Amino acid sequence: MLSFQDIVFKLKHYWSERGCIIQEPYDVEVGAGTMCPETFLRVLGPNPYRVAYVQPSRRPADGRYGDNPNRLFKHSQLQVILKPSPDDVIDQYLGSLEAIGIDLRKHDLKFEEDNWEAPTLGAWGIGWQVMLDGLEITQFTYFQQCGGIDLDLVPAEITYGLERITAFLEVRDSVYDIEWTKDFTYRDVRYNDELQYSVYNFEMADIATLWKLFELHEGEAARLLKAYDPESPEKKRFPLLPAYDQVLKCSNIFNTLDARGAISVTERVGMIQRVRKIAVGVAQAWLNQQQEVLAAEEVAR
Amino acid sequence: MSLPFLLEIGTEEIPDWMIPGALESLHDLFEKTEIPHETVQLDATPRRLVLRVEGVPERQADSEDVISGPASSAPEQAVAGFARKHGVSAQDLQVRNGRYTVTKKTVGRRYQDILADSLPELILHINFPKMMYWTGKTGPRFIRPIRWIVALLGEQVVPFELAGVRSGALSAGHRRLGSPEIAITIADYERRLRDHYVILSAAERRQKIQSELEGVRVKPDAALLDTLVYITEYPTPIVGSFDAQFLELPEEVLVTVMRHHQKYFSVQDSQGKLAAKFVAVMNIDADPDGFVRSGNERVLRARFNDARFFWETDQKKTIADRVQDLAHVTFQAKLGTYLDKVKLMGQVVRQLTDDQHAWKAVWLCKSDLTTELVKEFPELQGIVGGLYARAQGEPEPVWQAIYDHYKPLSMEDSIPRNRTGQFVALADKLDTLQGCFRVGLIPTGSRDPFGLRRAAQGVVKIIVEGKLEVLLFELFSGDEALRSFFEERVRFYFKDVRGFKYDEVNAAMAAGWSNLVDLEARLGRIQDLRSSPDFEPLAASFKRIRNILEQAKFTGLGAIEETLLEAGPERELYDEYRRIAGQPIESVISKLRPKVDLFFDKVLVNAPDARVRHNRLTLLNTLLKEFSTIADFSQIVTNF
Repeated sequence: MLSFQDIVFKLKHYWSERGCIIQEPYDVEVGAGTMCPETFLRVLGPNPYRVAYVQPSRRPADGRYGDNPNRLFKHSQLQVILKPSPDDVIDQYLGSLEAIGIDLRKHDLKFEEDNWEAPTLGAWGIGWQVMLDGLEITQFTYFQQCGGIDLDLVPAEITYGLERITAFLEVRDSVYDIEWTKDFTYRDVRYNDELQYSVYNFEMADIATLWKLFELHEGEAARLLKAYDPESPEKKRFPLLPAYDQVLKCSNIFNTLDARGAISVTERVGMIQRVRKIAVGVAQAWLNQQQEVLAAEEVAR
Repeated sequence: MSLPFLLEIGTEEIPDWMIPGALESLHDLFEKTEIPHETVQLDATPRRLVLRVEGVPERQADSEDVISGPASSAPEQAVAGFARKHGVSAQDLQVRNGRYTVTKKTVGRRYQDILADSLPELILHINFPKMMYWTGKTGPRFIRPIRWIVALLGEQVVPFELAGVRSGALSAGHRRLGSPEIAITIADYERRLRDHYVILSAAERRQKIQSELEGVRVKPDAALLDTLVYITEYPTPIVGSFDAQFLELPEEVLVTVMRHHQKYFSVQDSQGKLAAKFVAVMNIDADPDGFVRSGNERVLRARFNDARFFWETDQKKTIADRVQDLAHVTFQAKLGTYLDKVKLMGQVVRQLTDDQHAWKAVWLCKSDLTTELVKEFPELQGIVGGLYARAQGEPEPVWQAIYDHYKPLSMEDSIPRNRTGQFVALADKLDTLQGCFRVGLIPTGSRDPFGLRRAAQGVVKIIVEGKLEVLLFELFSGDEALRSFFEERVRFYFKDVRGFKYDEVNAAMAAGWSNLVDLEARLGRIQDLRSSPDFEPLAASFKRIRNILEQAKFTGLGAIEETLLEAGPERELYDEYRRIAGQPIESVISKLRPKVDLFFDKVLVNAPDARVRHNRLTLLNTLLKEFSTIADFSQIVTNF
């Protein structure tokens, strides 16, 4: 029987053999693998890119104090970006399922329409949820826009729900019972996270502090974006990546406030707009910065 | 010689609900090419759109065009220039009707070439509600990436390239059971696909599902069956089961989980009650080890556990106690929260009825929007509220009214089952309509984001079918735009839904439409009257009367002065009118018509004496008014 980490190893190995950079998780808290700069910024512009990484993804509102067998505050996504998407991308994806021991002749697999949208990132795509014997195991998306920008090369994004896939393969009714390794269960590794973050997000997070933090991070992102000069000869040095970290901080704080019940419906729309504004700002500046770099390389050649 | 033509557009999985429309669009586009042909057949699976045509000629007929040039009297230079321009010598020109002409022969093009030229454009023009790029922002757009194309005319490939894909004679089998490349000919196409686990015909896939389910009491669900037919290439149903303890949950919740979230059919026992079983349709041929069944059972168990958790959690707070929480749920930015909405609905329902149950149901009907179960299954709004109300001891008319208040969801759907529910549903829809019109959210063209047409249609249907004594005009609060919006919906309902003739609807509505129950009754009478041989002639006479009155700018003042009536047809018409006034038109039409006809035959309305003239106009106006209470008959289209 494959353990949780065996499955991670096999998938990473599979995609590494297909030319992907294997990245480590991004070190700022995010709600989904899509938000990492390895996806959000790399999909912009004309440069091909291939990357795969496991990203712990935080959804404060989904926490259930470790009680619900299927819902987690923090689940693990294996995120694969293939830019541009190869013609046989679906066959490659099916190959990855076989690589973790799923015999596709003996299981039912369906691609059901499911388009993806992230309003805070100005991003959306067209795709499917992949259903294996009735269980959603993957979100498959052809990105169309990111940061409000049409994409030069359409990437395929493959996002595996690792806990679900492992529970499926190990035939477990609860994700807490899956084997992380032979000697440790998922519960051993993650139960404390689930319990304590649920308590924090739902009961103890200080609303006033979070609002203050949100505004500080938002202010820092806005300050940097304002200082970015597209005409500057030195713009290559400009810290847009740190500016983007501020966007991620805002997004996570927003999600925490939301879980805490501190955001009214009317405020909610406004908050999404605020995060979107700085996310789109970074995306546009980043594209501008990269294009200049590209042009310079072109000239040098 | 005529040839068969095959086009298979191979794609990644197309959303099931878009496929029938796409085939229709493909068919239309092919017809527009004006390529001669005999029969056309369209088929599709999630991964291919297929057009098969019989009887395409090999090439166009040759054609001759005669081009006229200079007159036969023209100078030699001009004639030579004309000949040169068309690549012939002056001797080859013929003179017809006094002009030099040249005959140009065009050799008909091969349809293989014509198809090769037109197919790339044609394919990219197939209409889908949503499109995507899959190479980049300047690349082709389609519903999903195009991965292969088969285009054969007879035995020849119709060669073209689209989106980096070259057309050919290689199709593809089932993703997991078939081969990714299958060489095919038009003759063996369908059979070769079947060998590779693709059933091309949707009808046959449907048949396969149905026949393999014989003996299972599946709850019929035509829409779900359509979906399953178009998300599979080789459908095979399997029966799974779940723990009978879940049957304690409301059937509506269980069925929704199975249907909307898992695309399962539910199964009934011999008494018609929900059984602890389900049917899943796989996209493979068999489940010999039971992996698929047990996998689906496990997923369903987790889903049902969630639903039970929500059901139990939600009950900790009654729906009555949840009403104030609606202050945090936005209905529409400009219209406020759902708490505002139920308050306004309260005003509307008090205008409609004194039924205290309806007042109460209005107050409670939106509370379920705050429950976990509705957040999880939004399609169960209303129903969940009704179920909670029942569990919390609300009287039957109240809980049923809450349960039904979104009805009718379409013109085919039924109206709420009890009177209380009908009033609550009316109050909900009318409040939405009044509110949206008040703040200018009025549907334009095909844009109707708040479903106002459906809401107004629902209002009409509930009043008519529920036979409710409601006067619509009193509910428009003077909003002219809302009035004319409703006028259109009333007309649509009687004409398109109920099938009355458009002139009957116009005629009946011209006599008033505030009371829809009365309008329906009058329409029924007009429909019956129409079969009378006197009807259309009388209607034509009424039209004539109306024209005469309009031309005379008759204001309708004054009474008929009997002394001014001329003996004969005029007097007889008047006497007849006196005899039949106040009686329903059905019983008097045969008496009235000959008198009217005779009057127009013999009497000059425009009498020279102004007083006589005025008296005649008064007589006609009186007549028109008397018989126009059920309809304005002058609106009836007649052959007279």
